[in-house]
Amino acid sequence: MKDPGSTAPSPSAACESCAVYRAASLKKLGVNMEEHDYIVALAGNPNTGKSTVFNALTGLRQHTGNWPGKTVTRAEGAFEFEGKRYKIVDLPGTYSLLSTSVDEEVARNFLLFGKPDVALVVVDATRLERNLNLALQVMEITDRVVLCVNLMDEARRHGIRIDDRALARDLGVPVVLASARQGEGLPELLQALSGVATGRIICRPFRLQEEPAAIRDVLHELVQEIHKAYPHLPNARWVALRLLDGDERLAEAFRTGELGGLDRVSEVSPATATF
Amino acid sequence: MPTSSEKHEGNSSAERILDLAQSLRWKVGQEFHDKLVEALYAEASRIAQRAVILPGQGQRWDWDRAVDRLVTSRLWGFPIMFLLFALMFWLTISGANVPSGWLSQILVDGIQPWLWSLATALAVPRWLGGVLIDGVYLATAWVVSVMLPPMAIFFPLFTLLEDLGYLPRIAFNLDYLFKKAGAHGKQAMSMMMGFGCNAAGVVAARIIDSPRERLIAVITNNFSLCNGRWPTQILMATLFLGVLVPPHLAGIISAAAVIAVALLGVFLAFAVSWLLSRTVLRGEVSTFSLELPPYRPPRLLQTLYTSLVDRTLFVLWRAIVFAAPAGAVIWLVANVKIGDSSLAEHLIRMLNPMGMLMGLNGVVLLAYVIAIPANEIVIPTVLMLTVLSQGLQGVGGGAGVMFETDSARATFDILQAGGWTLLTAVNLMLFSLLHNPCSTTIYTIYKETGSVRWTAVATLLPLLLGIGATVTLAFIWRLFAG
Repeated sequence: MKDPGSTAPSPSAACESCAVYRAASLKKLGVNMEEHDYIVALAGNPNTGKSTVFNALTGLRQHTGNWPGKTVTRAEGAFEFEGKRYKIVDLPGTYSLLSTSVDEEVARNFLLFGKPDVALVVVDATRLERNLNLALQVMEITDRVVLCVNLMDEARRHGIRIDDRALARDLGVPVVLASARQGEGLPELLQALSGVATGRIICRPFRLQEEPAAIRDVLHELVQEIHKAYPHLPNARWVALRLLDGDERLAEAFRTGELGGLDRVSEVSPATATF
Repeated sequence: MPTSSEKHEGNSSAERILDLAQSLRWKVGQEFHDKLVEALYAEASRIAQRAVILPGQGQRWDWDRAVDRLVTSRLWGFPIMFLLFALMFWLTISGANVPSGWLSQILVDGIQPWLWSLATALAVPRWLGGVLIDGVYLATAWVVSVMLPPMAIFFPLFTLLEDLGYLPRIAFNLDYLFKKAGAHGKQAMSMMMGFGCNAAGVVAARIIDSPRERLIAVITNNFSLCNGRWPTQILMATLFLGVLVPPHLAGIISAAAVIAVALLGVFLAFAVSWLLSRTVLRGEVSTFSLELPPYRPPRLLQTLYTSLVDRTLFVLWRAIVFAAPAGAVIWLVANVKIGDSSLAEHLIRMLNPMGMLMGLNGVVLLAYVIAIPANEIVIPTVLMLTVLSQGLQGVGGGAGVMFETDSARATFDILQAGGWTLLTAVNLMLFSLLHNPCSTTIYTIYKETGSVRWTAVATLLPLLLGIGATVTLAFIWRLFAG
């Protein structure tokens, strides 16, 4: 990808359909997060380049380093794209959302209670299999997910190729191949983010269906109850699974009514699915 | 107000669901969690296999694996680690002297007299000039000339290692030892961060899941020599240990001494972790998986930029911010007279017996009290207190104008005039490793643990160790040196 600033001919109709041209309407806002239209949550395994993506979008210089566990707190920044302002929250890198360490809870709670408009999951192209575990877990919590397959330069060096269309089809969410260090794939990423945020793209995330036979009926019973109480909860099945797993934080959210707040009607009807 | 009944209803339906979940939990059985995770992994693997196209089967030479086999090998892992750090310190120590001299020539020999002549021309009162020029300006100039060159060399080198991906390999090498000490293997990571800044290291301990092991990591983080303390180590080693050997060996010996102190810190981190996990923080060692990231070619310009702006200038700025007011305080305690001598002299005299017992002196102890906000200013404070309290007017053209052409040499002269010996230097290196954390770190520990008790433990434990170590060494030293 060429630097969009260096070649700036007068915009013509042809240009407007080009991702490079549209990426030029990215305005990095740094820490100026006032009056955002959308919230983007940035999740992913440790050391997949989340902070690099974060920096590329916001123009901030969140420290990046080649070791897992560098970001342990939430970092926040903002950018403007096509006239809409996005607040982006860089969550700690985690391998899963199932255990109870502080960093995993920070990430999980934000995805669940922070009500992000898009969850951007950054995965390592050279370690896709392991990284998809987290992506699948995020997709259980929220259906507005964009998958960024980062570190493509490294994957190419190892001779690995990724079939992004097959991946998008299987996962049911937009997939963007990127190499954030070089700025490669950022225009496409912005398109996907704004698509999901504005509802132009409707995700139909893949969700695990085959639970162990022993718990199928039990789970079904609980999901039914949750649906009755909270008809618009987007992740009743996941909530039920967490309750069965004895998740205290979630049980507390039930008691305090915090979960009821998540029971929102989604602004776009799911019938117009494009994915 | 319909809300209260609605709320009540909402709560009751929530309670009903929770009760149901609770009763159903008995049915799903113990292995439910594992089954779920298994299903998740199976799906991830299935989807990934459909999307990833791997290179042809011809086994290629895998650089990463070959390098990993070497740097994490039982035989070579530790020697390579030691050599890499030795090289870094040697480059830092031998490279920093010349620019340090230049800087002090400009800032101290050049600008300071000019400031005084300006002050005289403007008829600024003598005491105000003293506070501003001999106090604030001189402390700042010292911090810059003593600290900037070594940091500008050390941090880019450290950042290069970090970007390359070497730090997780160190964690891998040290994991076995941490396990032996009853601590979490990820403590290696927070320890590494501590070598940059202890406050950052304390926050980094969040990656440790178990509260017990996290507390151990927080308490022992101070044993990692932080940025602010490297210059003290490097300066002491250069001045007092480097001179013991022929000049061509001086750099290597100084570097070895600094590494020895850093390793002592690492050893103590293990020892204290072991002690804590056997006494007040007993418990099981948790297992975890550590991913060794691929080696990535560091981007040189980016590295230079990040390390210079984010680390070097950040630390330098912090040092200056704390050094400037400290400079004023130092000048004041050295010049405010109570009876026949200055406040500083009273304080130093008071602290001297304790200092002597520790093989140090009252000046060093007073400096450590003044320098609680930032370790960075210990050395400048020591120098200023020595000069101002001893009335070393003969060293330069007056109080403050003491740097000749070579700053290190001049510093050595001042310290020797203040009665410093090899023992003082070695014990200062020890005490710099083993004393209370700076106020920022103490506050961070309190925020992370939320406990006054553990904050007190983390603060006082290293201080007591430091007093114990220096007193013991001084006693033994005097026994043999007579």
